[in-house]
Amino acid sequence: MQGFVQLENVQKTFRTKQGEFVALRDINLSVAQGEFVSLIGHSGCGKSTLLNLVAGLFDASDGVMLCAGREIAGPGPDRGVVFQNHSLLPWMSCQANVYLAVERVFGGNESKLQLQQRVDAALSLVGLTHAARKMPHEISGGMKQRVGIARALAIAPKVLLLDEPFGALDALTRAHLQDELMRIVAASGTTSIMVTHDVDEAVLLSDRIVMMTNGPAATIGQILPIDLPRPRNRLELVADPHFAQLRAEVLTFLYQRAGLAA
Amino acid sequence: MSVVKLKPSATQTSLLSPMLEVTAAVAIPASAGKQRYREAAITLLNSVVPPALGMLLFVLLWAQIAHLSGIPGPLKTWEAAKVLFSHPFYVKGPNDQGIGWNILQSLSRVGLGFGLAALIGIPLGFLIGRFGFMRRLSAPIISLLRPVSPLAWLPIGLYVFKEAQPAAIWVIFISSIWPIIINTATGVTHVPQDYLNIARVLQLSEWKVFTRILFPAVLPYMLTGIRLSIGVAWLVIVAAEMLTGGVGIGFWVWDEWNNLKVEHIIIAIFVVGIVGLLLEQAILWAAKRFEYKED
Ligand SMILES: Nc1ncnc2c1ncn2[C@@H]1O[C@H](COP(=O)(O)OP(=O)(O)O)[C@@H](O)[C@H]1O
Ligand SMILES: [Mg+2]
Repeated sequence: MQGFVQLENVQKTFRTKQGEFVALRDINLSVAQGEFVSLIGHSGCGKSTLLNLVAGLFDASDGVMLCAGREIAGPGPDRGVVFQNHSLLPWMSCQANVYLAVERVFGGNESKLQLQQRVDAALSLVGLTHAARKMPHEISGGMKQRVGIARALAIAPKVLLLDEPFGALDALTRAHLQDELMRIVAASGTTSIMVTHDVDEAVLLSDRIVMMTNGPAATIGQILPIDLPRPRNRLELVADPHFAQLRAEVLTFLYQRAGLAA
Repeated sequence: MSVVKLKPSATQTSLLSPMLEVTAAVAIPASAGKQRYREAAITLLNSVVPPALGMLLFVLLWAQIAHLSGIPGPLKTWEAAKVLFSHPFYVKGPNDQGIGWNILQSLSRVGLGFGLAALIGIPLGFLIGRFGFMRRLSAPIISLLRPVSPLAWLPIGLYVFKEAQPAAIWVIFISSIWPIIINTATGVTHVPQDYLNIARVLQLSEWKVFTRILFPAVLPYMLTGIRLSIGVAWLVIVAAEMLTGGVGIGFWVWDEWNNLKVEHIIIAIFVVGIVGLLLEQAILWAAKRFEYKED
């Protein structure tokens, strides 16, 4: 069966001053509609590269990439991206940042009022109605990341792509945002691909974890299905032996097998 | 041309402050209110006393040099300035006008020449920054023409325009356009890739990319270019007017030299300095308003 996001024999080679650098090879991945997939692997293995390929920000050097049955030929608003460092435009209020995206996608056939309602809805979804008029430098890192998520979700993308969205946050804020993301994605049914290096985060959020071997020429080493029932509760999972076992499997891969060629 | 990011440093360092800070830190406060009062007093001392001391030193040095060399001293210059500025806007013929008119004439030339430079330099800077082809195309031209001394352009201007006024404006234009082009282009190449990625993901139109992302991101760099460029223009105008004549602060200096009114020359030096300072401060003020805070 063909996945909603389908990658076949994808390879990515960077041209550098030292010559060709093969970052990714033989990537085969099929993500079903509504599925939540995490990409995990050691730093520098090519997780961001793979996400950027799906986003269309990078061109694949070889292979086929499809999204909703169509070839990925560049970036587009059908794939919302949450960048690692929030990437809010610092000269615009939170509201205006989201509006820029909403206006581009729905501006053609909706009134200003309708667009503004979409912005309000997106900000309220991430619990930031009160900060709508604030400038990015006036709010905390966690809030900025939430605005980034609101911006990505506000354009109703077919696929949500997140590159270490909570990497720069403290543990408490991160846990809070993970729960929120789980709730939002479950409610909207958005297909999601998230890069992370946090094992707990991957197990908690994912339907499947894609574990990558170390670079150069990294590829998918193993794919682990996470069959924990939803909705998931982090406190209950801590005591769940199956959770611990899945977690151990990821850790085992990362510390014993990631370095071996797949 | 150096690219200075417009972020004035918050801390003003003076030679005296480390010592004073140490005393303040060591002193055991009688109460928190008293401590705060002391800190405010020390800050005031640090920011007022050294500049005042500097100015006093300057005036003393000037008086001493005046005494030795025969140039007018501070007092004589002050008296002359009072007379001069009591009627700044008189007109006694085309070449004998008050100091105010001279300053305004020079400023209007700078404004015109600089305005043209901005009008052409800013779009050029954007093109050069955004398109690698344009950058490679313009690099040799800019490297060749930028180091040319501004006054070397004057004869060309006189030959082409056959008149002093447009020739002077031409010199201002050609010497002040480089900082604008270079800083704007640098700004465009420094727009964070993340911001451009947002534009790519959303497939924003080139116009939206320009108005929402490129322009605001480049504005601080552009204002640095404008500041440097106005500085250059103001430097150049005095010299250009000395050569072209007419009404203007540069010409006025030359005229006063011919009349051997040395105190007026010294006044002119102050006027040029103060106007230059005010221009720079005005742009720094504008830059602060348009500055955005990252994080
Ligand atoms: N634009 C690029 N040009 C050259 N090499 C790159 C580029 N982007 C990433 N790489 C290289 O590809 C590898 C994978 O990088 P990345 O995908 O950022 O890793 P990760 O996100 O897993 O930490 C690294 O070795 C990195 O140096
Ligand atoms: Mg990365």
